[in-house]
Amino acid sequence: MKRTAVLDGKAALVTGGSRGIGQAIAIRLAREGANVAVNYQSRKDQAADVIDFINKTDRIDNLDELVKMIDIMDTVEQAKEVRDMIESMGRHAIICQANVGKMDEVSKMRDKAVAEFGKIDILVNNAGIVKDKSFVKMTSEMWDDVISVNLTGTFNCTKAVIEGMLERKYGRIVNISSVIGRMGNRGQANYAASKAGIIGLTQTLAKEFADKGVTVNAVAPGFIGTDMLKSVPANIMEKILAQIPMGRLGKPEEIASAVAYLVSPDAGYITGQVLDINGGLYI
Amino acid sequence: MRLENKVAIITGGESGIGKETARLFLEEGANVAIFDIFAGGVEKGHCDMGFPKDAELKNTLCLKADITKRAEVRSAVEATIQRFGKIDILVNNAGIIRDALVQKMTEEQWNEVIDVDLTGSFNSIQAVVDHMMQRGSGSIVNVSSVSGIYGNVGQVNYSAAKAGLIGITKTLSKELGRKGIRVNAIVPGFIKTPMTASVPQKVLDLMTEKTPLRMLGDPIDIAYANLYLASDEARYVNGCVLFVDGGLVI
Repeated sequence: MKRTAVLDGKAALVTGGSRGIGQAIAIRLAREGANVAVNYQSRKDQAADVIDFINKTDRIDNLDELVKMIDIMDTVEQAKEVRDMIESMGRHAIICQANVGKMDEVSKMRDKAVAEFGKIDILVNNAGIVKDKSFVKMTSEMWDDVISVNLTGTFNCTKAVIEGMLERKYGRIVNISSVIGRMGNRGQANYAASKAGIIGLTQTLAKEFADKGVTVNAVAPGFIGTDMLKSVPANIMEKILAQIPMGRLGKPEEIASAVAYLVSPDAGYITGQVLDINGGLYI
Repeated sequence: MRLENKVAIITGGESGIGKETARLFLEEGANVAIFDIFAGGVEKGHCDMGFPKDAELKNTLCLKADITKRAEVRSAVEATIQRFGKIDILVNNAGIIRDALVQKMTEEQWNEVIDVDLTGSFNSIQAVVDHMMQRGSGSIVNVSSVSGIYGNVGQVNYSAAKAGLIGITKTLSKELGRKGIRVNAIVPGFIKTPMTASVPQKVLDLMTEKTPLRMLGDPIDIAYANLYLASDEARYVNGCVLFVDGGLVI
C-alpha cells in the first residue's frame, strides 16, 4: 500500500519559495500532489535595497555584502525555475511576487493564487531575511525590516488566507521558525525576536482555530546549509558544527519532509506544536 | 514505502498504540519484532496479531519478553538480529498504569510502573545500542505521555516515569548523535486505547473538552508520528519531543 500524492487536489502557498528551504518545501509539496503558488520577494524592493546600500556607503569596501545582495536579485529567475520544476512534475504552479511585510501586496498575492487554484488549503510561512548586527550597532531599520518580513509577514499571510480556510473548515498552516528563536544568538536580536514571535503566534492561532478544522504548527530548523549560511566564516562554522550532536548541518529537504508530514492527513491530530529539526543542537 | 528494508523493534506491540505502530510499519515495508509479555503465550515467534497473513508469517516476529528483565530483552534482541539480520529502529512503547493518589500508592505500584515504563526503556536501549553503534545508524523513539509533561492526578508513578523518558531522550540524543543514532520522543495526548477503555465516559468527555481539536486521538495518530520519526524522512530530527495531542493543555 503506497501512500503517494496524499496532497492531491490541495493548493499550497509557500512564501519565500524561490530559494533554500522554501524551494525545497515547494517542490516537496508538489511531489505530494499539491498545486503550489511560489512567492518571492519583489525584485524592485531588492534593487532598492542595493541602491540604498550603495548610497549609504561612501566607498564600496564591503564587496561581499553587495555581491550577496545582487545575488538575491536573481530570485525571480529562481522562482521561475521552481515553477518549471513543479510543472514538469505534472502539478500546477504559479509564481507570485510580494513583499510579505506589506498587506496590500499579500492580498494581491492571495487573490492571484485563489484565482488560479480556487482556494488555498496549505500556507507555509517561510519567507525570512537576516540583517545581523551586534545589538549596540543594530539600527531601527534593521530591526524593523526583519520584524516586518519574518513576523508581520507571517501575520499578514495568515490573515489573508484564514477566512477561506474557515469557510471550508480546512486548513494547514506551517510557520518556519528557527532554533535562533528558541535559544537566541549573538548579532541576531531582530531575527531571534521575529522567530520567537512566530512560536507565540503559532500557539495562539492553534488554539483559536483548532475546532474549526485548521491546524497551525511550526518547524524550527537548526543550522541548515543554505545561501543564508554561505557568508559564515569557516572558523565560526567549525564552532557551530562542534555544538551539533549529529555533527553536520541540516539539508533543506530535511525541513521540507517535516512540513510535508505536518500538512498531511498523518498529522491531523497535531496542532500548536514546534517541531525542532536541528540534529540535537538545541533540545 | 517509507520503511523498506528496515527492521524495527516495538515494545508493548501486542495492543493499543504499539500494535497500530507495528501494523503501520509492516504496511510501510519494515520487518517488525514485537516484544511483549504475551500473556496468551507465543511459541517460537509465531504471531497471531490479526495482521495480513503474509506479513505476519514473513515479516513479523513476536517475542515474549519482559523488558524489566535484562536477560530476556537481550535474548529477544539477539533473536531479532538472527531472524532479520539487523535492527534499525527501536520504539519504546511498552507502558503500564497503576493509578492511585500519592497517599494511597503502594511501593509495588510505584516500582512496577517505574520498572516497566522507565527502566524497561533503558534496558531495551542498552540491548540495541552496541549493535546500532557498530552499524553507525539507528533511530530510537520513546513514547512518553502528556502525563509526564503536565502531571495528572493519580499518576505520580506514571508521570515520573514518562517525564524520565524525556530526560533519557534528551541525554541520549547528545550521547549518540555523533554515532549516527537519533533519539526522539513522542508525547501522545488522550488516545483511545485499551489503557483508556476503563476510563468513565464523564472523564473522557472532560478530556475531549480540554483538547482544542475537540476529539480524542486514535492509536493511528501516534503510529504515524512513530513512522515519521523512525523513517529517514526525519534524518536530521534528533532530541525532539513531538506532541501529538490535538493542542491539549492541562
